[in-house]
Amino acid sequence: MTTKSQALLNWIDARFPLTSTYKAHLSEYYAPKNFNFWYFFGSLALLVLVIQIVTGIFLVMHYKPDTSLNSSGVSLAFASVEYIMREVPGGWLIRYLHSTGASAFFIVVYLHMFRAMIYGSYRKPRELLWIFGCLLFLVLMAEAFMGYLLPWGQMSFWGAQVIINLFSAIPIIGEDLSTVIRGDFVIGDATLNRFFALHVIAVPLVLLGLVVAHIIALHEVGSNNPDGVEIKKKKDANGIPLDGIPFHPYYTVKDIVGVGVFLFFFSAVVFFAPEFFGFFLEFNNFIPSDPLKTPPHIAPVWYFTPFYSILRAVTYPLFGLDAKFWGVVAMGAAVVILFFLPWLDRSPAKSIRYRGPIFKIALAIFVISFFILGYLGVLPATPGRTVVAQICSVLYFAFFLLMPWYSKIDKCKPEPERVTFK
Amino acid sequence: MTTRMLKNIKRFLAAALFAPAIALAAGPAAPLDKAPVTTDRASLQNGAKLFVNYCLNCHSASFLRYNKLTEIGLTEDQIRDNLMFAGEGVGDLMKIAMRPAESKVWFGAAPPDLTLIARQRSGHTTPGADWLYTYMRQFYRDPSRPTGWNNLVFENVGMPHVFWQLQGDQVAHFTDNGDGTTTARLELVKPGLMTPAEYDAAVADLVSFLVWMGEPIAEKRKTIGYFVLIFLAGFTVLAYALKKNYWKDIH
Repeated sequence: MTTKSQALLNWIDARFPLTSTYKAHLSEYYAPKNFNFWYFFGSLALLVLVIQIVTGIFLVMHYKPDTSLNSSGVSLAFASVEYIMREVPGGWLIRYLHSTGASAFFIVVYLHMFRAMIYGSYRKPRELLWIFGCLLFLVLMAEAFMGYLLPWGQMSFWGAQVIINLFSAIPIIGEDLSTVIRGDFVIGDATLNRFFALHVIAVPLVLLGLVVAHIIALHEVGSNNPDGVEIKKKKDANGIPLDGIPFHPYYTVKDIVGVGVFLFFFSAVVFFAPEFFGFFLEFNNFIPSDPLKTPPHIAPVWYFTPFYSILRAVTYPLFGLDAKFWGVVAMGAAVVILFFLPWLDRSPAKSIRYRGPIFKIALAIFVISFFILGYLGVLPATPGRTVVAQICSVLYFAFFLLMPWYSKIDKCKPEPERVTFK
Repeated sequence: MTTRMLKNIKRFLAAALFAPAIALAAGPAAPLDKAPVTTDRASLQNGAKLFVNYCLNCHSASFLRYNKLTEIGLTEDQIRDNLMFAGEGVGDLMKIAMRPAESKVWFGAAPPDLTLIARQRSGHTTPGADWLYTYMRQFYRDPSRPTGWNNLVFENVGMPHVFWQLQGDQVAHFTDNGDGTTTARLELVKPGLMTPAEYDAAVADLVSFLVWMGEPIAEKRKTIGYFVLIFLAGFTVLAYALKKNYWKDIH
């Protein structure tokens, strides 16, 4: 480095921890060298977040959160989305990037969470890291739900109608709570405006704050790895973990490969199947919202369907409260139970590589149940499907609630001293 | 208001004297035929002609400007001379004079805006084009309906058969399968101005135009997409080579 630029850097470092931050989080943050495929999804989630924020900013420049009708009898909100699609230069691309980004966000986040589950990344000392992650998932769901109202199509309107009505099932405060959420007694302009405010300002702020907390927590405790052993236990004379390599440049160059592969598939959807067969953009949402015309079948977007299935699976009233309320409780519990995972797991081994057959079977049943619930959530309910959804809901909760027992009795293999790396 | 519009309105005011048709959102009652959708310029232009002449009286296309048709190979003069009748500007949106509140009384349901109809009618596995292509070919005579027409795809639809002169009159024969279902068969009892093959081709052109109208950028989107994917494939290969080079010391 030339003396001049060194002098500038010194000047900055005397006033702002630039070099030390760079070292702590990049060039001297030591990550285990044995990361595999599953470790791409954290950085990819960050990439999708950036895509959503940047495209979102440009969408806000042209979108109008207004339900009043134009001279053709279409709401300004719906018409402004079509205006973006047809008349704003490049608007179609910005909008498809944002709509595909929403689904991509959930795909990478689900895979990221699954990674934590198979390698025990939520275990001590990473409990807080996991909790921040669960909060991120919860906030992301709120962000997606509110964003989905904005195009003001039939599914936007009726999806919101179904979900907001759920809150009215809560005893005593329910009716008032749902009125507060809507800002009105029916879903209307007030609802659209507040969802817009929350979607573009409030929730993204929370999301960004949580992402920072998530990364700070990660860099404090260090990354887990596919072997689930702590690399900090074996250090060299300089205090550097023997199995650790600097995040930059090793994982920055590796993550760029992941970015390339991800963007390839992402672009394939954006440019060749932006609706993704009605799963990323629902066909009913190309119809402007009509409060007088209930669609024959209201399905949430795919990433909510497993939880929606759990909601619908509860069909028994209990303690004088109707089934709808208990459905809401079950759906909420399905997310909240994730927070407790670090304390439910009593296995001596962290990683699936050294865990016994019971965990592997339990995890397989859990994943299959989750997929079936997701599939059923897309379809209209029938008595037969409800029974299947009930069985899968029980299996979903059993995975967590029985974990203290089965993870303890499971026959684990001994964990290695060092990570395995070929 | 054009004379064409007045004529149409008069024709249906008679129908409005009867109980309004109840337009039901119908699922596919019959299996849908595969629509031969094309991006061929001549077909799209023919589709535009049919759309403007037959549909754009009751249905609007309120997200589409007339001069957008330059993208299917028409000049602004051609658009002005052949496709615009009511003194609109070439940059205007394809709106109609008929008011939804009134048309709802006349037809039982206000005719929907058609800009996005091909996307709205899509299903997870069936393109909206298939629905439209089948729907436009399965009108049949039904004296019990206010308009005198019914449809196999969209039962008791409020819309009359606007192409009846072209297609001719079909009647439906229903056979009871004995298991609670019925099979419908359509028979052309009075030929129209077109042969069935000509009519199918005309409907295919119209449907292709409706598909184009739903997303005019679609063709360009795919063209750009190929370049993007080629670039990303190359980028990934280079990134992988870079990664390999950096990682060669890690054992």
